[in-house]
Amino acid sequence: MAVRQRRRFLFIGTALAALVATSPLADEDRYITVASTTSTQSSGLFEHLLPKFEKETGIKVRVVAVGTGQALAMGGRGDADVLFVHDKVAEEKFVAEGYGVNRKEVMYNDFVIIGPKTNPAKVIGDDDVLAALKKIKAAQASFVSRADKSGTYAAELRYWNAAGIDIATEKGPWYKETGSGMGAALNTASGLNAYLISDRGTWLSFKNRGELTVLVAGDKRLFNQYGIMLVNPAKHAHVKKVYGELFVNWVASPVGQRAIADYKINGEQLFFPNYRSQ
Amino acid sequence: MDVILEAFGQAAGLIGTFDARLIGIVALSLQVSLSAVAIATLVGLPIGAALAVGKFPGRQALVVLLNAMMGLPPVVVGLLVYLLLSRAGPLGPLGILFTPSAMVVAQTILILPIIAALTRQAVEDAWHEYREQLTSLGAHGWTAALTLVWDIRFSLITAVLAGLGRAAAEVGAVMIVGGNIDGVTRVMTTAIALETSKGDLPLALSLGVILVTLVLLLNAAAQSLKQLAVQRYG
Amino acid sequence: MVDAAIPLANSILPLRLEEASFVVDGRAIIDRISLTIDAGPRTIILGPNGAGKSVLMRLCHGLLVPTAGRLLWNRPDRPGERRRQAMVFQTQVMLRRSALGNITYALKLAAVPSAERTAQAWEALDRVGLTHLAKNSARVLSVGEQQRLALARAWALHPEVLFLDEPTASLDPSATAEVERIIHAIHAAGTKIVMSTHNLGQAKRVGDEVVFLHQGQLKEHSSVDRFFTAPSSVEAEAFIKGELPWLYDNDAVSYSSAQRLRR
Repeated sequence: MAVRQRRRFLFIGTALAALVATSPLADEDRYITVASTTSTQSSGLFEHLLPKFEKETGIKVRVVAVGTGQALAMGGRGDADVLFVHDKVAEEKFVAEGYGVNRKEVMYNDFVIIGPKTNPAKVIGDDDVLAALKKIKAAQASFVSRADKSGTYAAELRYWNAAGIDIATEKGPWYKETGSGMGAALNTASGLNAYLISDRGTWLSFKNRGELTVLVAGDKRLFNQYGIMLVNPAKHAHVKKVYGELFVNWVASPVGQRAIADYKINGEQLFFPNYRSQ
Repeated sequence: MDVILEAFGQAAGLIGTFDARLIGIVALSLQVSLSAVAIATLVGLPIGAALAVGKFPGRQALVVLLNAMMGLPPVVVGLLVYLLLSRAGPLGPLGILFTPSAMVVAQTILILPIIAALTRQAVEDAWHEYREQLTSLGAHGWTAALTLVWDIRFSLITAVLAGLGRAAAEVGAVMIVGGNIDGVTRVMTTAIALETSKGDLPLALSLGVILVTLVLLLNAAAQSLKQLAVQRYG
Repeated sequence: MVDAAIPLANSILPLRLEEASFVVDGRAIIDRISLTIDAGPRTIILGPNGAGKSVLMRLCHGLLVPTAGRLLWNRPDRPGERRRQAMVFQTQVMLRRSALGNITYALKLAAVPSAERTAQAWEALDRVGLTHLAKNSARVLSVGEQQRLALARAWALHPEVLFLDEPTASLDPSATAEVERIIHAIHAAGTKIVMSTHNLGQAKRVGDEVVFLHQGQLKEHSSVDRFFTAPSSVEAEAFIKGELPWLYDNDAVSYSSAQRLRR
């Protein structure tokens, strides 16, 4: 028994060592957790932006990319230090309920309407977004909706509403609710040759376009505002207030804003900094 | 088919140039899954052996439950572990959410039933063969169970491999509890998911090729070990 | 005439069966056997296939429990005491270790201190002539070698009683002779031998007394000489003459029924 017990302890020791080795060590506390959205991650912005911040401050930024809805939920649970999302209505509600503080509007990009080259709904470039959506519904052309609690989905619903369409009751088999992130939705649209609303950032860095192309862009309504905020330390004492605020303020700072503007794919700028201090 | 061929080519290229990020992702995948397998084996082996040899009321129900748990959906396990480890959850203060430790926890829970159930089956079969002899020598309960486990150690490799395969292949659990953070919790399966969502299918597939090759190699190594053992020990 | 040995206070013998039965699915594989097994003579459990020899041995050794009647050793097992009995089966189940390792395993179970185990194991292997195979894996030994290894293991335990269930049934004549030699030596060292066989010649060579079973019942219990020269039962007489019909492989059926019962 003694030999076997010794072997057992050896195993336990190894396992614990493995666990400890894979967990962050105490002195590597110099990081923050940022909950952001799949579309922001897919655009590649963070790979461009974060190294600059890390170099300047030595603080590592860990991005967990989920939908805006999930990101806000994470903030509510205290599982993130900073939120960087794009649904102004939901964000302001979040702050009003006391879960977020120090909210800054830091950049915008725009949504575009993507569709197949064959364009069965006959959407034209001059259309505004509402006209385009009306045409798509009239033609009952395949349309992919993210149908998650993302900022993009919230915007999509606002557009249907503004077009006078009660999409919840008026949808049909042509309206495909995938419940997925931006990239996955694009993959589905590519496979189905369907229309969808995408943010420009994800579209520009998306590689599986198939027959899809940008059909409608530039409508002021397609403006998509991003906000960044600190999760309220008063609600969650463990939130990394100092580091978190450093990041929030850095993104809004001239350095951060220029870094945002610098991010281009094939010479095209994806995000437009628009922080204005009140 | 071009995509697949391109993927193999890209995979070879990635491996050949020792792409640093790739190496990091592969290393983390192995670290997480092997740790999970180690812990699950440590805990699951005795449970399986005890269940095989023991006689107590409710044993049959427990066997059925354990077998059923082999089919736990990874995404459900991930969700449950997330709720446990979330700051708003009971184990929040541990602060291991979105770290590799959380991924090890989730995968351990996922594969523990597999290893325990397969061990139970193997030990029970051996028990029929060894029972009279062990009882005659005075080996009962735990002594008998551990003797059997040690004696059939090479066939238990199969159980361990089954667990490893499940762990290395799953994405639902590690995605939720790990967060797919670049350089911190990004493993092969979550990287594949990410590249797929970015539409970079050839890259995603090439990562898949590497993952499958890795698992294949591990299985082949274990199989040769078993062959050698059978030759030597009979 | 069997001399009844005077029971020593410390000995587990004599073993007494009182109307012991073992009934499975309505069939009495052992049918109300009353029997005393004393220290001293080498006891042969004799009978045709299907007589219930294997089941009787397992009842005595404690691997099965009688469904009726009683089975009493001279004294119960004391807590912390090692097993005073050992058994050698018809086919061996060896652990995936060396021949030496199988013996040291048994010694460990018998609470022999680790410093002495190896030496005692070597000694046991020497007595059965297997030292040259000590480090070999036990499961790849030949059938004869495994049987000798089992005997070595049993011997190393210095049991008071050694049960042997048809130990040479699958061996050739020279291996059989070797096994019988070892059994003789074990007996000479002081261990009570209880061995089952259906082989008349072996009974005469190895035994001092015969317990003759027929269809689960005890038909005769006498010295070897008396049994073979003047059997008192019809079945014994027929068996000695080789006339008893072999109905079906009762032992295998009854034994596997017993296995099912135990699960």
